[in-house]
Amino acid sequence: MGGQYAELFIKAVFVENLALSFFLGMCTFLAVSKRIDTAFGLGAAVIVVQFITVSANSLLYEYVLKDGALAWAGLPEVDLSFLGLVTYIGLIAAIVQILEMVLDKYFPRLFHALGIYLPLITVNCAILGGTLFAVQRDYTITESVVFSVGSGFGWALALVGLAGIREKLKYSDVPVGLQGLGITFIIVGLMSLGFMAFAGVQL
Amino acid sequence: MSSPAKRALLDPIVDDNPVTLQVLGICSALAVTTSLLPSLYMCVALTVVASLANASVSAIRKVLPNSIRIIVQMTIIASLVIVVDESLKAFAFETSRELSVFVGLIITNCIVLGRTESFASKNPVGLSFLDGLGNGLGYSVILILVATCRELLGKGTLLGYTILPNVADGGWYSPNGMMLLPPSAFFVIGLIIWAVRTWKAEQVEEPEFRIHEVHRTEAH
Repeated sequence: MGGQYAELFIKAVFVENLALSFFLGMCTFLAVSKRIDTAFGLGAAVIVVQFITVSANSLLYEYVLKDGALAWAGLPEVDLSFLGLVTYIGLIAAIVQILEMVLDKYFPRLFHALGIYLPLITVNCAILGGTLFAVQRDYTITESVVFSVGSGFGWALALVGLAGIREKLKYSDVPVGLQGLGITFIIVGLMSLGFMAFAGVQL
Repeated sequence: MSSPAKRALLDPIVDDNPVTLQVLGICSALAVTTSLLPSLYMCVALTVVASLANASVSAIRKVLPNSIRIIVQMTIIASLVIVVDESLKAFAFETSRELSVFVGLIITNCIVLGRTESFASKNPVGLSFLDGLGNGLGYSVILILVATCRELLGKGTLLGYTILPNVADGGWYSPNGMMLLPPSAFFVIGLIIWAVRTWKAEQVEEPEFRIHEVHRTEAH
């Protein structure tokens, strides 16, 4: 029973890593990977937001948007799934906003450490992508929860890994045209190559 | 064409390219480029959304309260993306399946929000439309370049037509399967950035740390 969820988790972290095999959240991924400590903070925030939003969105999809999902309200033939995108992004924006207020009130230190990155999570495609994948693959609620934690964790892992490499990279002699963004792409490519080794892992 | 309009349209194509210089909208630029056809659809979809979103945000820029502008912009963009997504499903169903979630992800494509936020909220409608169009085209140029490299080297075809005959079909080209896998997308973009920055040297980033030699007498 638990085995299938463990497999889904491992798959979401390593095999189908959101950053390295689906290229989601790349903008933030490249912009915030200069230092390990900020990368770590952002990674943690993404895991939390991913968990909350994907779970909330899949509940919403299951009970409101899906074809025939409104049967409990006496409207069995209504199909609202075309409204999906605008609802998901609205929910994500709202949750990030609420999280921001809660953190500001109860965990001010964490709030200040995350700074600008917290609101930016709204436009992080890893979050919306997680939701869309969960809907597209028809995950059940439990599966969506497992998938959300796994994919958030995988994204954070890749981010911290890249930040570690880039901190060392500052001291190396990179060809002029390749400095900064160029070499970062090449490194991410190599990391992605490394993660491909996990493809086909079965539990 | 007047000069600011021309600049809004043409600058983003090479000089201020959204992908290689502003580091925006990379997610989808990498994900859909395994073959040329879905990339072309993606380019059209993004250019349409970027220019219309820019124009609509610019049209309401004077009545829009500052505190809720992000959420309004997101809603405008999301509605435009729904229209594009539904039309793709209606007229190009196969390709829309291939693009899977990435059409939906145009919402969080930083090019669109970045341009509405930084350009359209300060400039008139016509100019904003051109800016959106220009940025869409800049994105398209990179997408088409990457997709051409990957499809040609990975399968020996372009848009499904054979260009380099495969060894398997009695030709001479042995396809490089790695070009179809995720890592190569990063490599191709990295190399394009290298090429662009060698051509336009002013785009090179300042290194954070410079290695310099210290003479033994100066060191202590």
